[in-house]
Amino acid sequence: MSLLTIRNLSVTFATASGPFRAVDGVDMTIAPGEVVGIVGESGSGKSVAMLGLMGLLPDSATVTADVISFEGRDMLKMSNRERRKIIGKDIAMIFQEPIASLNPCFTAGYQIGEALKTHLGLDKKAARRRTIELLSQVGIPEPERRMTAYPHQLSGGMSQRVMIAMAIACEPKLLIADEPTTALDVTIQAQILDLLLDLQRERGMAMILITHDMGVIAETAERVVVQYAGQQVERQSVANLFETPRHPYTSALLAAMPERARGGRLPTIPGVVPGQGDRPTACLFNPRCPKADERCRTVVPPRQPAELGEALCHYPVGADPRPPEAIPPGFGPLSRQPLEGGARASTIAPEVPGDAR
Amino acid sequence: MTAIVTAKNLSQIYELKRGMFAKPLALKAVKETSFTVEQGETLAIVGESGCGKSTLARMLTMIEPPTEGELTIDGIRIAEASDSDLKRLRSIVQIVFQNPYGALNPRQKVGAILEEPLKINTSLSAAERRERAEKMLAEVGLRPEHYGRYPHMFSGGQRQRIAIARAIMLEPKILVLDEPVSALDVSIQAQILNLLAELQERLGLTYIFISHDLSVVRHVATRVMVMYLGRPVEIAPVEELYANPLHPYTRALLAATPAARPGRRGARQRLTGELPSPINPPTGCAFHPRCPYADERTKRERPELTQHGKTMVACFAVDEGRLPPPDAAVVETPEPRA
Amino acid sequence: MSHIEAQEAEAGVGESLPDRAPQKSVRRQMLAEFWFYFSENKGAVIGLCVFALVVIIALAAPIIAPHSPTLQNRDALLIPPFWEDGGRLSYLLGTDAVGRDILSRLIFGARYSLFIGVIVVVIAVSLGIAVGLIAGYVGGWVDTVIMRVMDIILAFPSLLLALVLVAVLGPGLTNAMIAIALVLQPHFVRLTRASVMAEKQRDYVTAARVVGAGPIRLMVVTILPNCLGPLIVQATLSFSNAILDAAALGFLGMGAQPPTPEWGTMLAEAREFILRAWWVVTFPGVAILITVLAINLVGDGLRDALDPKMKRS
Repeated sequence: MSLLTIRNLSVTFATASGPFRAVDGVDMTIAPGEVVGIVGESGSGKSVAMLGLMGLLPDSATVTADVISFEGRDMLKMSNRERRKIIGKDIAMIFQEPIASLNPCFTAGYQIGEALKTHLGLDKKAARRRTIELLSQVGIPEPERRMTAYPHQLSGGMSQRVMIAMAIACEPKLLIADEPTTALDVTIQAQILDLLLDLQRERGMAMILITHDMGVIAETAERVVVQYAGQQVERQSVANLFETPRHPYTSALLAAMPERARGGRLPTIPGVVPGQGDRPTACLFNPRCPKADERCRTVVPPRQPAELGEALCHYPVGADPRPPEAIPPGFGPLSRQPLEGGARASTIAPEVPGDAR
Repeated sequence: MTAIVTAKNLSQIYELKRGMFAKPLALKAVKETSFTVEQGETLAIVGESGCGKSTLARMLTMIEPPTEGELTIDGIRIAEASDSDLKRLRSIVQIVFQNPYGALNPRQKVGAILEEPLKINTSLSAAERRERAEKMLAEVGLRPEHYGRYPHMFSGGQRQRIAIARAIMLEPKILVLDEPVSALDVSIQAQILNLLAELQERLGLTYIFISHDLSVVRHVATRVMVMYLGRPVEIAPVEELYANPLHPYTRALLAATPAARPGRRGARQRLTGELPSPINPPTGCAFHPRCPYADERTKRERPELTQHGKTMVACFAVDEGRLPPPDAAVVETPEPRA
Repeated sequence: MSHIEAQEAEAGVGESLPDRAPQKSVRRQMLAEFWFYFSENKGAVIGLCVFALVVIIALAAPIIAPHSPTLQNRDALLIPPFWEDGGRLSYLLGTDAVGRDILSRLIFGARYSLFIGVIVVVIAVSLGIAVGLIAGYVGGWVDTVIMRVMDIILAFPSLLLALVLVAVLGPGLTNAMIAIALVLQPHFVRLTRASVMAEKQRDYVTAARVVGAGPIRLMVVTILPNCLGPLIVQATLSFSNAILDAAALGFLGMGAQPPTPEWGTMLAEAREFILRAWWVVTFPGVAILITVLAINLVGDGLRDALDPKMKRS
């Protein structure tokens, strides 16, 4: 049985210029003990979807879904009280800014102790014992001393460890990590990722890792969801995603990484993620997609089968049903136009908002 | 090739006040750093937070004079420069910041932002300034109609284009790029890196590229300087650094950088411990508490940069020849793209 | 980050406007956005309406006032409002002890109150911004000296200090306004200094320095416009404070002198009739209350609309 099932989750914000759909029809199934990565650029709604699930969005947001069930229990029909029992205990979350996520007025030990007292009903002594245990589990040296430290006395890496200790305090079955290492230095990032994966394996905990960094995804996740403008455009196992990306967006995103490039210019994706005012019709990626044709602009793309990465695309990469001459020139080093007569401004791929209409 | 920037024993010490009566603490952000930058090259400065790379940027752009040491830019020694020399130097060295949201004045229109350098430094008429600004907009891939807009109407990538345009308005020779793409998404990052490369080719700019991202650095740099706690620990040409990293810290950085190749995890050695505080740095080699090759000597003495092949490195383990060859998993070249 | 991202999503990520949009509508759109956040606060809208009404009344005072504010009618002393026994329709809100129409005096009083508010705020704001800019930008001992002086001013109860100042300068409306402005000005100094110190660290200021901008240009052209949001809010709130303080000074006989129809002074004159003729005290008091409340509500709305967390520039 799956741990968490989400069907058709959408989040809409009321803004000054009308409603804005930040998350659009997200599906997700998480099995116990699985690591799923959600990757996307800023504005892709990757965090918003999870915050919506946790009920952490501001009042201007409306969250709708067909199904949200956790361990077979329907979370949509639950009372707020029951929901809160699950959230924080069975589902825990950690955030990008570890220092800002801790209350600066209380010591690290006190904040973990509070979580233990409210959710597990431990008494003071047991909570203290457990806190020390947790802190040493997340690799904090001298946990007795660090317990009495205030958040500002801890470094970013240490604060994130404290946040992780707090999140795993109640033995959650699912941990949602929202860009847990983005604010940290590279060497500390490696430590924190290792820690998260070790804890996940030891406890058989499922984990959703939200990040914008393809490298982090490659090193941690088993399955990957690629999100673009609020939609899941591709869902694949991590090995297949990096080997044979099926959605043109994923493939372009991978190609744009400097580490995959070999000298010269990087292949780029023109334009920006569509916002509220310039939401394209049909396929949301069509204004930026070099392979798009009339169909992409008029017909909403179907969800491809699992062999094709469940790509949300008419013409998945490597399985384009069109005859070769009908395909517009695509990405990649071969199709890149040579710079005529030295570089000029027009080859710099100006960002073109507004062309979407 | 001539050196356009020469830094000799550059140090920057900040005093941290601790209330009215306590003695102020000395924070040595950059310590006795020497390096040169050749005309037309891209020198990348790499390191984690607190390594002094941004302080170095502030000294190079003359926002703060160095506390000690000597800085020569384009043949002029900063400490002894006359006012007119300084004015000329200011237009020679310009800077692009990390955060495109904070780098543009939210109350100024794009046009005013671009024209400000001309207004202060030249006697061009308003019409000439406007013409130059519009030309510059086209140059960085924006449109003339963006001239009258406010920064908050632009996306992060577009703002970074504006920031770059402002930096090259005065036709500088040196551009200090302080993490110019680390706040941007991958696809936008590629656009900005391409723009920078094109501008460098066309205008013959010298870049000092500050970054913590080794995969970006590999793509843009000609030479790399790795810093740790205010001192350079390794300076090497880019191919050399990635093929044969010498300093244990450089190796650790390379090992920690996540690669977009699934299944690579766990094959590498991880660095333990936290970054020490620059207020109270470790004795001897600053890296010794985290270094797997540290011994008694590294705790007492500080290694100096010495030449090893094409690389300058500050490490006793290298000097004494007791450093194993680099981990194969780290230096492996990326697979060619399909 | 996730909250910021949520906010970004909320505000429409990128905000990349269609390119053909002419410049004028861009400005209109900014105004529209401002109005959206302002009008979410219903109290602020009501406050704005009431305040607008007060302004109109003050401007049109000679036209709408039924009587002269200083004309004394010996036949109509202490006449109650028209709905009470003995009230007359020609004196809607009754008359005071010397037979002047209270309604007309209130209408003309609005002019004084607004005048006081504007002048006091202008003096306090310009002085406060100048001093605050210098303190925040220069820092060091200059900052310390300025801020200690401001602390001393703030250490006195504001009305007491104003009273002392007026006592030194001599009673009268002008002197009262100067005194109130001096008392209010430290708030602006503090606010400006805090904003300047925060903005000074921002990259765009450094960028301006790198291209060679001098200190005056940095202070006035680069930094100051970005500090105006909170100052506008504080200015509105000070506006009502000024009216209140001026009324208090008038009540104590140190502000506007009779027969000026200033609301505070009217209250002072009516003191002895509190028990006999309630309307003589109540109406000026209500007028002060309504005006001050309206302005405070507008200030709150402005704070919501100009909140830097809401604005993403």
